[in-house]
Amino acid sequence: MIFTEGFRDIGLAKKLLEQIRRTTKHAVRIMEVCGGHTMAIRKSGIQTLLPGEIELLSGPGCPVCVTDQRFIDLAVAYACLPETILLTYGDLIRVPGSAGSLDEAKASGADVRIIQSTFQALEIAKDNPGRNIIFAGIGFETTIPGTAVAVLEARKADIRNFFIISAHKTMPEAMGALIEEGIPIDGYIGPGHVSTIAGSRIFNPLADTYRIPIVISGFEPVDLLQSIWMLIKMLEEKRYGVEIQYSRLVSREGNLKARQMVDEVFEPCTQYWRGIGPIPGSGLRLRKEFSDFDAEKHIPVEVKSGPEPKACICGLILKGLKKPTDCPLFKRKCTPTYPVGACMVSSEGACSAYYHYNS
Amino acid sequence: MEAKHILIGHGSGGRLSRDLIRNLFVKYFSNPFLDGLGDASLVSIRGSKLAFTTDSYVIDPIFFPGGNIGQLAVSGTVNDLSVAGAIPEYLTAGFIIEEGLSINDLERIVQSMAEEANRAGVSIVAGDTKVVKKGQCDKLFINTSGIGHIPEERRHIQSGERIETGDKILLTGTLGDHAIAILSARENLEPDEAILSDAAPLNLVTELALQTPADIAAMHDITRGGLATILCETCENRSFGIKLYEDKIPVKQSVKSICELYGFDPLYLANEGKIMMIVKKGTEDHLCSRLREEPLSKDAVIIGEVTGDYPGRVVMQSFIGGMRNIDMLSGEMLPRIC
Repeated sequence: MIFTEGFRDIGLAKKLLEQIRRTTKHAVRIMEVCGGHTMAIRKSGIQTLLPGEIELLSGPGCPVCVTDQRFIDLAVAYACLPETILLTYGDLIRVPGSAGSLDEAKASGADVRIIQSTFQALEIAKDNPGRNIIFAGIGFETTIPGTAVAVLEARKADIRNFFIISAHKTMPEAMGALIEEGIPIDGYIGPGHVSTIAGSRIFNPLADTYRIPIVISGFEPVDLLQSIWMLIKMLEEKRYGVEIQYSRLVSREGNLKARQMVDEVFEPCTQYWRGIGPIPGSGLRLRKEFSDFDAEKHIPVEVKSGPEPKACICGLILKGLKKPTDCPLFKRKCTPTYPVGACMVSSEGACSAYYHYNS
Repeated sequence: MEAKHILIGHGSGGRLSRDLIRNLFVKYFSNPFLDGLGDASLVSIRGSKLAFTTDSYVIDPIFFPGGNIGQLAVSGTVNDLSVAGAIPEYLTAGFIIEEGLSINDLERIVQSMAEEANRAGVSIVAGDTKVVKKGQCDKLFINTSGIGHIPEERRHIQSGERIETGDKILLTGTLGDHAIAILSARENLEPDEAILSDAAPLNLVTELALQTPADIAAMHDITRGGLATILCETCENRSFGIKLYEDKIPVKQSVKSICELYGFDPLYLANEGKIMMIVKKGTEDHLCSRLREEPLSKDAVIIGEVTGDYPGRVVMQSFIGGMRNIDMLSGEMLPRIC
């Protein structure tokens, strides 16, 4: 069965665009928090079809982009230790740290591998009993259960050479931090996959505190158009709260089993966001009971970390204060082939989306 | 930031590969035959006009759904000659073999090379064999070189010098089959509908096209870097651009589904049996229907046009009517696929 075709239907898209045009009376700034949304919007050219009153901002929801330089440096330092295999997800290996990227560490002989699932990490740990397997965990509510389940399974199977370093982050705290900082955002397109796991309920305090409308959206063009229309309606009717457009996957409560596992393994902590800085309660670290799996507690490593590159305005872009095209490095010194900032590296980064798709 | 070491992405066929070739190899080897960086070089020996090319094959796994490394090594080189407008005649084959490779596997590969050469009407006329210690290569690497005759009236195809505004972009079939067949073999994916590599010698298709009364301005086989990269290279520094229509681009449902899962864009996936042709307006429908009679190009379709509106760029109209830019592949989407 084909689930996506209807969500790319030009007839439906045209109807929604017409409704958006008819409903929009005021200028609004809407932030899509999730990198997947940024990509989908640019890929289908939605921003070229909307009325001029609607401005779309890209937010801090690309996990690679918000991973701070010190974490990259930490991962590179671990990768360079003898008898060590460093595992991570996709694009992280290309993000430049102070002394190069994981990709470059790999080219110089470090054993760095990309995995798709944390179960692969456990397999690699079982197959290499004499080596330390370090998983650099990145991502939001969507990928956190994967790390949690790996830790629980490793404990059950008594795997002692599996460790993690965590840059895991949670979304609502960052969305609140942006508003606290005074960034003008009238409404949020809420992250669909994060909400599938954590439930739309995690955004209720945010909506209530800041009296802001949030619509949890799917990732197809018609999903996004409908979400934008729902937000415009809420704004024009001066309503706030959390509504779910992506109802085929998202519920208020989310995936209870995944949430339980995450709570069992992790506890909140302050987390550093690239370009934004520390946000209290926005990170997750292993609970004491699971400290056997904490790489930093068991394997000492020296990390040399320098300042983030000057002139790169990733931070301002992640906060929606600047557009990638405002950056002096954009398309000149910073390209997907030779990235300077993380927003250009990740396929879900705002700079990469603008670079590849803006016409 | 320029890389200090060779990265996997330097072999992707995208921008990193291109930069390496231009900034290092062309810098030292530069000559008028090489500098065009075409699929094959057009040379002349005592009045004979020839097309000459070479390619190495390092694919993992060496057997995959729909083919093997040997079949690919023959068809890939035949195709590089064919899309230059040449008639492939002779191939050479060099083998770098890892100690421990099963002779039975090697025989299967060599046998399919012979079959593929026979199918393409070429002879393998010279070869070389080297064996390296275990771990010094991955099972088997093959290099093939090929040479063929190029009729005078086809010499413009390689350079694309006759491309102009209004020309149509033709694609001979679905995108991404090869790359996704390799990925499924590697990741043990079992899609509902088995995806086979499209690896095939395409001189049948190019000859059919060139003998049809249609005016072809350019042809490229769509390998590493995918359709997007080839189209970007076609209009780089030219006075025209290319506009594509997303809803016209054929991709098998099973390939689409895996692309959705992995976040791949079929426009950047490698193929080993598909050609992009640029054909003069007015002759495209005739060419399309003629190509559809040949099994290797049965899904031939017009997917876009050459336009004066976006000089030097490739743009695509999305399913819902929005516009987006299409750029070259920058790094690596998949591990070695050809």
